[in-house]
Amino acid sequence: MAWSRSPAHFIPKLLSKDNVNQTATTIGRNGVAFERSARATLRKTLVVCGALAVILILISIIAATLGSERLPFVDMLRALFTAGANTGALTATQRAILFDIRLPRILLAATVGASLAASGASYQALLRNALAEPYLLGISNGAAVGTMVALVFLGANEWTRPLMAFGGALAATFVVYRLARGRAGATPEKLILAGVIVTTFQSSAIVFITTLMDATRIRSFTFWLLGDLSQATPRSIWIAVASTIVGVAALTLKARPLNLMMLGERDAFDLGVEVERVRLQVFLAASLLVGVSVALGGSVGYVGLVVPHLVRMSTSGDNRLTIPAAALAGASFVVVADTLARTVIAPRELPVGAITALIGAPLFIYLLKRR
Amino acid sequence: MLEAGNVSINYGKRRAVVDVSLRVAPGDLTAIVGANGAGKSSLLRALNGTIRPSAGEIVLDGKPLSSYSRRAVGRRIAVVTQESLLAFPVSVLEYVLGGRYAWSGSGTWGWESERDLEIAAAVLRQTELENFSGRLMNELSGGERQRAVLARALATEAGILLLDEPTANLDLAHQASMLQLVRAHCDERAAGAVIVTHDINLAAEFANKVVLLKGGHLIAAGTPRDVLTEELLSEVLEIKVLVDAHPLSGAPRITPAHELRR
Repeated sequence: MAWSRSPAHFIPKLLSKDNVNQTATTIGRNGVAFERSARATLRKTLVVCGALAVILILISIIAATLGSERLPFVDMLRALFTAGANTGALTATQRAILFDIRLPRILLAATVGASLAASGASYQALLRNALAEPYLLGISNGAAVGTMVALVFLGANEWTRPLMAFGGALAATFVVYRLARGRAGATPEKLILAGVIVTTFQSSAIVFITTLMDATRIRSFTFWLLGDLSQATPRSIWIAVASTIVGVAALTLKARPLNLMMLGERDAFDLGVEVERVRLQVFLAASLLVGVSVALGGSVGYVGLVVPHLVRMSTSGDNRLTIPAAALAGASFVVVADTLARTVIAPRELPVGAITALIGAPLFIYLLKRR
Repeated sequence: MLEAGNVSINYGKRRAVVDVSLRVAPGDLTAIVGANGAGKSSLLRALNGTIRPSAGEIVLDGKPLSSYSRRAVGRRIAVVTQESLLAFPVSVLEYVLGGRYAWSGSGTWGWESERDLEIAAAVLRQTELENFSGRLMNELSGGERQRAVLARALATEAGILLLDEPTANLDLAHQASMLQLVRAHCDERAAGAVIVTHDINLAAEFANKVVLLKGGHLIAAGTPRDVLTEELLSEVLEIKVLVDAHPLSGAPRITPAHELRR
């Protein structure tokens, strides 16, 4: 794993098939020895996150040019850097597409990806199981129930939906934790069963609420349930951006105690971690991330599984690096997935959740069989 | 100095520990000996605040233990439990650095300082794990892993060590070297240690104080020579034992005598 010592190189090499396979097998046998220099440090974290941020910006710019209306690259950049001032670089329609439709959508995709990946990494640490994931645990579904309750009963206010989704995610988190938790952490069996139980219970709630809706809205709802980022508006997007920054920062600040709790809660307690308090803080932050992302983008599955796994595999299992890096990588992942979703069968669209599941489900099976 | 004063612990109606007093003074290695279910681990767990006593008080350096923050306790009391497999791969160095958590300040942004790394290197040398620092915990043998658990406890620089059956999974050589390390730590750093163990002979060899527990009650406390007698041990363990002197050290040597029960 010599390559993992120079973080700046891991991204291009990660894309080569050989390296992925090689790491997968070594990690499967619990990894090969790595030297002291391979451990995560503040510097390494900054380098990795910086590189991932640059990649995210590049991917976002490319994604902004793509779509039914192709925007000329150079003109678009000029429009972007003049912050939408009418420089004549783009036509009025093109500017409307860029600033009112595409950029909000890309921003939403990035925040959804960052939220789900960072919360996934945290759930994995807290439940001490690499298979934990907001969608598979039913936490996304809890947020979906909250969103739908807000929509049907409370009116579609910009704030009630994210708030109710947050509440739904939090409730689901507590139920799953209670069901799955064991002395040695959550076993995969218990975890998956808990997720199934919570998911099916909430699915019935979703069906029940759907029957209360008028027929014209049902289709857009089933679409949203699988992840639909097309509803992004310049106004609603700021709720997502703000909550993502707050949530990811909160989780990153708890990363060191999470490292210890990942190895055992009683040990962490002995070493000086206020276990109950950290757990509550992580639950709150992760539920906020999942809740807001589901309220605005629907339940996009498997992001919280795929991205933290790739980050751990290619850099380190240290949450101080994994959580912020997963957030940035998750953002890129969902921006790419959503760009595919809206371009591959254009002018029609796929739900972005269908794309992420296509990638995530096989990886999940692989992880499950590998044990 | 850690003191338990008239501590009782109840689990529902079951009384696990009844009115036990215990003092962990600097330099003391105290062994708690008793049958299964005698309340040894409960008592140990109360000493670092994991379990709140139903009655009595734990006092650390003159103040009630409950008045300390977890972090403050983590700097003063370290716990060594039986090694177990970990759900996530972690290197020995990272594992040992976990012992520095209670000392983390805001200056390093939640990362380990140079001093933390130096201390980790020192305890790895002390536990003869310096060549294992990059290895993953789950790749180590049971003995190596248990040494890493001890190394992490030493890295906390705590003045009090609580060990819960740390030698249960170790072979003879590792059992002795483990306790030698603890004994040396107590002697050189004026640390106090409490060890819960079923291995009475190890206790006799390395501890300078022995506490006998039976059914949650303290039966006897004192030096190994005073406490590890045939009468007391037969009462506490409910099996006849023979006690003679170890041919080399002269410490009490305990031999179970099953057949003599007939």
